[in-house]
Amino acid sequence: MASATSANAASAAMHLVDYADPGAIKQVPTRNGFGEGLIEAGRRDEHVIAICADLSESTRMEGFKKAFPTRYLEIGVAEQMLVAMAAGLAATGKVPFIASYAMFNPGRSWEQVRTTMALNQTNVKIAGAHAGVSVGPDGATHQAVEDVAIMRVIPKMTVVVPCDSVQTKRATLAVAAQWGPAYLRFARAESAVVTTEETPFELGVAQTFREGGDVAIVACGILVYNALIAADELAKDGIECRVVNNHTIKPMDEPAIVAAARDCGAVVTVEEHQVQGGMGSRVAEILAAQHPAPIEFIGVHDRFGQSGTPAELTEEYGMGVASIRAAVLRALGRKRARNGR
Amino acid sequence: MDSLSPEALRDLELHANDVRVGIIRSLLAAGSGHAGGSLDMADIFTALYFHLMRHDPTNPELPDRDRLLLSCGHIAPVRYAAMACAGYFPVEELLTLRHFGTRLQGHPERVSLPGLETTSGPLGEGLAQGTGMALGAKMDGSDWRVYVVTSDGEHQCGLHWEAMMTAGKFKLDNLTCIVDRNVIQIDGSTEDVMPLEPFADKYRAFNWEVFECDGHDIAAFVDAVEKAKQVKGKPQVVIAHTVMGKGVSFMEGDYLWHGKPPKKDEAEQALRELSEARELIGAGR
Repeated sequence: MASATSANAASAAMHLVDYADPGAIKQVPTRNGFGEGLIEAGRRDEHVIAICADLSESTRMEGFKKAFPTRYLEIGVAEQMLVAMAAGLAATGKVPFIASYAMFNPGRSWEQVRTTMALNQTNVKIAGAHAGVSVGPDGATHQAVEDVAIMRVIPKMTVVVPCDSVQTKRATLAVAAQWGPAYLRFARAESAVVTTEETPFELGVAQTFREGGDVAIVACGILVYNALIAADELAKDGIECRVVNNHTIKPMDEPAIVAAARDCGAVVTVEEHQVQGGMGSRVAEILAAQHPAPIEFIGVHDRFGQSGTPAELTEEYGMGVASIRAAVLRALGRKRARNGR
Repeated sequence: MDSLSPEALRDLELHANDVRVGIIRSLLAAGSGHAGGSLDMADIFTALYFHLMRHDPTNPELPDRDRLLLSCGHIAPVRYAAMACAGYFPVEELLTLRHFGTRLQGHPERVSLPGLETTSGPLGEGLAQGTGMALGAKMDGSDWRVYVVTSDGEHQCGLHWEAMMTAGKFKLDNLTCIVDRNVIQIDGSTEDVMPLEPFADKYRAFNWEVFECDGHDIAAFVDAVEKAKQVKGKPQVVIAHTVMGKGVSFMEGDYLWHGKPPKKDEAEQALRELSEARELIGAGR
């Protein structure tokens, strides 16, 4: 079982928290990382401004508002305006971050995003808060599980779904520094912090958080933690999973995805999003063209969300640790059947 | 700003005639496109490019240029023709309109042709972007102005009203919206499809200063914009009353000319009429 050592080596190389130790894990909402990252981005670049559609506290823009009051604009509940006005501001050299719930921006504002941000090539950054069913009690109207799909089909968009609050801060700084339209997605609920300040981060570069050769779990967002726990549990049964933190949905790290399929022979994708059109779909597109392999998809399967606690909803929609373990076993079975074993 | 001398006015009218000729020629070459609204905004685009705006056709990225946004991108032919006549690019390039590989896309694309300021066509988005630009100018202490040309029909889009509210909130007196009030949209009269009246009162209710003029009286339009520029603490709208298809007798006031180009014989007749009109202008009427 040399792979157990290599699994730890991968984790060490990424400077991860000892996630297997519940006492070492802090629970912090990813949106907090956005708030911190935005203030730091504002310090680094005076052109960074923030615009909010009446949700400054819950999107965590309020810190920027206090730090840079003259660079903060409040335009009320008007998400189409949020995007189009930001495009106009970007035309004057500003770097606008625009925040609302993902359901409303880019949910309500898709055509403005396509025309005024992407086709028009303006340097606007969308912060999509409260994405996924883990929004919890607010229910289906406020649970965006289609946003990655509608953003990743737009040419020239960068789409990022960081795995925890620390990485969300890093991702915020990265999209601020990189010219071009971008969508940054994060969540409301507290979630496990698995990365540290020492963990590397580069847009478009997927990260191997755990090494293994039996099945590759390609995950994004706050479910990366569940993927790591599932992999550790499977290791006790002698099944070694590679866990890839696939934080950049567009442009996706195609070599890393192909390598995962080639090295492991089967893939499980894990995302808090519809399985149609999301991160897993992009993985399937890449592998169908370059290295066909059995794929199992963890995510929301063509349903709307509902009220509940984040934990209840994660289980209900089949995104918990047990569901990921079961998907790995299915993928492994398909791989073995394919290989004639 | 001084009012227009008779000579200056005559020059502008000649330029507007050139712009209309450019519209007809480019639409004939394209075989598709929107003749009616393009023709009816020829006088206003001429006034903007040849008299009102701070700009440099040889340097479309001039930092302190006034920004002209065309929100209703389907009347791109009038903007292209005015830009060509003003010297942004050769007039003969107008004949590439809507062709494969052209810089003159069917609806304007900013990254395709320098000087466009925005990509437009999806209606109701121009004022929102212009509001952002005007706000950016205020934040930077810049003195350039933003002009946004809109159709009346696109005032049915919710986003336009979000922009009106926002521009009022931020007191953007460096922002002037110009409305092509021809009372016509694709399916007929705006007042039948979705009434806009009382139109001016709606702007006033959103804390805008309102000016109205005959959109084919260049002197009156110039006067309205000059007055608008003097307004402090409020965005301004110039509601320009226009006749769709203005300058070509058989197109004037007919909504069926909203979205189609002239055929060859129709274009020939239109060019004959414009040639006759030009002689009248040249003769000082």
